[in-house]
Amino acid sequence: MLQLTPPSISVHSFSQLSKIVQLATDKKLKEVRACLEANRDPVAKMLGPSFATVEGEDSSVLRLLEEVKEGDQAKETEIKVKLIILLQQLDTQLLSSSLKQISQEVRLSPAAVKNDVELLKSFCSEGETRVLTSVQYTSDYEFTNGCRTPPWRQVHGEICYLVIKPCDTQPLHITCSTAGVFLNGGIRQEGEENAYDRTSDVYRDLVTLLKSKSPHFAENINKQDFAVQEEPPTQKVQHVELVDAEEQGQPQRSYEHQEKNVHEKARQQLVQNKPGGKKKLEPSLKWKNLGLASPYDEADDKKSKKNAVSEKFAEAQEKMQKKADVSVSSLPGRQSSNKTKTPGGVGGADDFSESSSESEEDEEQPERRTESNTDLPSEYWQIQKLVKYLKGGNQTATVIALCSMRDFNLAQETCQLAIRDVGGLEVLINLLDTEEIKCKIGSLKILKEISRNSQIRRAIADLGGLQTMVKILDSPDKDLKYLAAETIANVAKFRRARRTVRQHGGIKRLVELLDCVPDSAALTEEQEKDVEVARCGALALWSCSKSTRNKEAIRKAGGIPLLARLLKSPHENMLIPVVGTLQECASERSYRIAIQMEGMIEDLVKNLNCDNHELQMHCASAIFKCAEDKRTRDLVRQCEGLQPLVTLLSQADNKQLLAATTGAIWKCSISMENVAKFQDYKALETLVGLLTDQPEEVLVNVVGALGEGAQKPANRATIRKCGGIQPLVNLLTGTNQALLVNVTKAVGACATELENMTIIDRLDGVRLLWSLLKNPNPDVQASAAWAICPCIENAKDSGEMVRSFVGGLELIVNLLKSTNKEVLASVCAAIAKIAKDEENLAVITDHGVVPMLAKLTNTTDDKLRRHLAEAIARCCMWGSNRVLFGEAGAVAPLVRYLKSKDTSVHQATAQALFQLSKDPNNCITMHDNGVVKLLLGMMGSTDEVLQEAAAGCVANIRRLALANEKARYG
Amino acid sequence: MAEMSAMNRKLIQNLAETLSKQVKHFNKTEAECLIRLFNGLLGDQSDRRVGNGLDRGKFRNILHNTFGMTDDMIMDRVFRAFDKDNDSYVSVKEWIEGLSIFLRGTLDEKIKYCFDVYDLNGDGYISREEMFHMLKNSLIRQPTEEDPDEGIKDLVEITLKKMDHDHDSRLSYADFEKAVRDENLLLEAFGTCLPDAKSILEFEQHAFQDTLEH
Repeated sequence: MLQLTPPSISVHSFSQLSKIVQLATDKKLKEVRACLEANRDPVAKMLGPSFATVEGEDSSVLRLLEEVKEGDQAKETEIKVKLIILLQQLDTQLLSSSLKQISQEVRLSPAAVKNDVELLKSFCSEGETRVLTSVQYTSDYEFTNGCRTPPWRQVHGEICYLVIKPCDTQPLHITCSTAGVFLNGGIRQEGEENAYDRTSDVYRDLVTLLKSKSPHFAENINKQDFAVQEEPPTQKVQHVELVDAEEQGQPQRSYEHQEKNVHEKARQQLVQNKPGGKKKLEPSLKWKNLGLASPYDEADDKKSKKNAVSEKFAEAQEKMQKKADVSVSSLPGRQSSNKTKTPGGVGGADDFSESSSESEEDEEQPERRTESNTDLPSEYWQIQKLVKYLKGGNQTATVIALCSMRDFNLAQETCQLAIRDVGGLEVLINLLDTEEIKCKIGSLKILKEISRNSQIRRAIADLGGLQTMVKILDSPDKDLKYLAAETIANVAKFRRARRTVRQHGGIKRLVELLDCVPDSAALTEEQEKDVEVARCGALALWSCSKSTRNKEAIRKAGGIPLLARLLKSPHENMLIPVVGTLQECASERSYRIAIQMEGMIEDLVKNLNCDNHELQMHCASAIFKCAEDKRTRDLVRQCEGLQPLVTLLSQADNKQLLAATTGAIWKCSISMENVAKFQDYKALETLVGLLTDQPEEVLVNVVGALGEGAQKPANRATIRKCGGIQPLVNLLTGTNQALLVNVTKAVGACATELENMTIIDRLDGVRLLWSLLKNPNPDVQASAAWAICPCIENAKDSGEMVRSFVGGLELIVNLLKSTNKEVLASVCAAIAKIAKDEENLAVITDHGVVPMLAKLTNTTDDKLRRHLAEAIARCCMWGSNRVLFGEAGAVAPLVRYLKSKDTSVHQATAQALFQLSKDPNNCITMHDNGVVKLLLGMMGSTDEVLQEAAAGCVANIRRLALANEKARYG
Repeated sequence: MAEMSAMNRKLIQNLAETLSKQVKHFNKTEAECLIRLFNGLLGDQSDRRVGNGLDRGKFRNILHNTFGMTDDMIMDRVFRAFDKDNDSYVSVKEWIEGLSIFLRGTLDEKIKYCFDVYDLNGDGYISREEMFHMLKNSLIRQPTEEDPDEGIKDLVEITLKKMDHDHDSRLSYADFEKAVRDENLLLEAFGTCLPDAKSILEFEQHAFQDTLEH
């Protein structure tokens, strides 16, 4: 399939070709091009030289057709025709899709025109060097689509009309349309129809037109080197925007100001360009004046960046500071270029390292330097000065500087970033490595505050701060310990940091911090500090516990019993991180068991009654996660936790709390004893009220709880009486998969009540359920199919209703091709209901339900077996289906179902066998598979339906045997 | 000699008993150990004025070698703070009283002690000039700077801004106390005049255990 004849490679199939192209990785495009160049006529290569296409026309298909007509080698040629047609289709597709893209680029858009006009307007302003006198729109009104032409001209693709007065010629009346730019007959007012007519050639854009119409313009624009004229329009737009931003946004500002802003702008530009990779930036006019030729080369130079960053930046800042005093105009060009260059480079380097090393982040925000596009605040300089003292001071000066730095509003992003930008973070983190306890404490107090900022967190992690802080956890000084733990808690908000903490043994140390006496009445000062240490330890563990491996590490370090002990604490500020950690970890089974075994449910329930919403939320959330387990659900009830949960439902404004509470109620409702309790507390009434105007995470849980509650008949009536059916049915139109699973379940449960069914029917709920069978998610499919069963059972004229769904029966029969057991079982159940209606049974038979069901019979899944047997029993009632099932080999596997341990399978199977036994051949198969003995056992069952079906089946077999004997022996 | 030493021991015990009642943080045994240590230190000293106690040089040696202090001026001030009667010698009583705060003082005691150390002229205020004097060596001087004292001056201003609550350009005891209570780190704002935890531990081990064993 592959021939290597250097320097070229030949392949014999497309799959090989695609592999080779993949191997080429970044040279893919080149490779493909080379391949296409070498194979001018692939069709000829594949089908033989007789089909080679002549340049300019493609008649190979025609020739092929002729050959087919002639009839020799008919088969082979037919395949060739198909292949060539396919290839051509692909070709056309490729062409049309690339054409679409190309045409988008070529055609002018209102935005592009607008930018051009703004650019040109900016050229009108200056006196001596001006290239145009004026640029004006004929209409000030701009439509929402960006056009300024009257709507009846917009249909011709015209965007706007301009009157441009060049310096040397008559005013030009110009039409800008999507096809290009051209002169018109001079539109001044609407109504003069002939004025719209084109009077010149069509130009690509405004600049090109002006260059050809106005020699002065052409000359001057070249002289000034605006760096715009040679670009394709799309790129130009981008650069024009930038100039605009500066000119429109700050028209009154002085030159000095613009210069100051340049490096901000450089950053902004850089950030914008980041995803695009190494796109070359076009310097604008203003930047050229500053001597800023290409400021971003440094961004690539990653190696030198790290150590150089702080010095360079500090240096640059100092220069800028000086500049504030010195008059700007006296600044030598070289220095100013140097100055603006450096911060740009630094920002770039930072951005670069962030984007390259962080592909894995969860909750992180992108770099946001661009926000502070204004002057650097005074804090910036003060902080810079303090950092200088930190660097060059002894312990005393350092402590003073640290204390003074704490007086800044460290919660403010300006200050946070200022500390980072002047190289303060490095110094602060270096201080942690010294022996001076006071310096360490002072440094941590600052780091603790500024690490609330996500960019600072990353920077701390990048500078190796976490490792040092983990080491500090071993310190005997308690102040140091708790400060370090609290800072870790802030920094470990992203995955890489959490991993670092774990890898450096931080989890074990943090768990050790938890060891304290939490709840003795009178604490000594030392004990109080121990409690604070433990609290911060819990905070850090809470942050860390968002990573699965850290959960494991906490457990292995013996954290669970310590957390259980702290859970007895009377202090909310201790309980919040502890319960927070627990609920985070409760996603792991080991923790759920531990929470149950260590008796933490009681404490969690107790804290549901506190008056702190956050704590309540975490408790409810922990119960939510743990209550999948039956014993836990029972414990919640026994600890009287259900009532507080219902009470919390009244906190409908706090959506997080509401989501956690409703989640806990949902999971607790899986136990019927709990449902009974909720009934007493009138929980369902409240839940129905929460069906509207809630976020999805609340709705999922509310509906889930209603679905569980509706398993009890009394509750089904309650839901109806509270008007819950309608909102439930309305939710069937949603898109959230988890919600749909729950809604279908709830609607299905409600549909078991006749009165409810009437309402569902009226709201067309069955149709909605049915359409959910088309949902790609198998859970939704299954849940919808389950819900359909009671609907068909309880709806009036259900047969007619089902038939009214166009394509509905075919849809559900086709779901039998699913690979998901739950879907199959649910669809079988639904088919069993559908088949009760003879006409529908005929339709699904036509759709091939019999062989499909027969194909499934070899399953060992008892749930599927049961519903499959039901469906088969029902489907036997039509035409020759019985015979067909026998022929499809469904009988023998069914006999084996009788050996299943599940008695519900027996009943359905016996019924199916009874139906099948009405065909003599099936009787023979059954008998051969030893059905009689099994059925005889079933006949002694207490289940009457089973008894009867088993007996009926045996009777049929017996009758056949008798008839046989009779025939034989007369 | 034996008689002498027996008498001496008796004396020491009596003295220790008295002093441990006067001083807050030492029990009798500890006081006794410290007296022995004091006597031991005196023994090395030139014999002329043994009765008066430790002189400045001797005391500064202890501060430097045992407690790792380096700043001459601060060490002088610590000596002053110990030497309550201003006779240029630290007597045994002053020794024990001083160490009580030095090693085990409460925050209140330490605030008072530090303020005394920093109030160079003893007028009850830490003035700008005094601050400048104490901080003048706290920054590395950059040879490039035009005014090498600029940084120090600035540091003084920062400190005043932070601690001078009544805005009279000097720190009264009340200013100092409030600032330190708000931020404990400012206790030794103008130079290290208290030992760190590690040297305290070492000193106490040396004084209370080793002395007992001998």
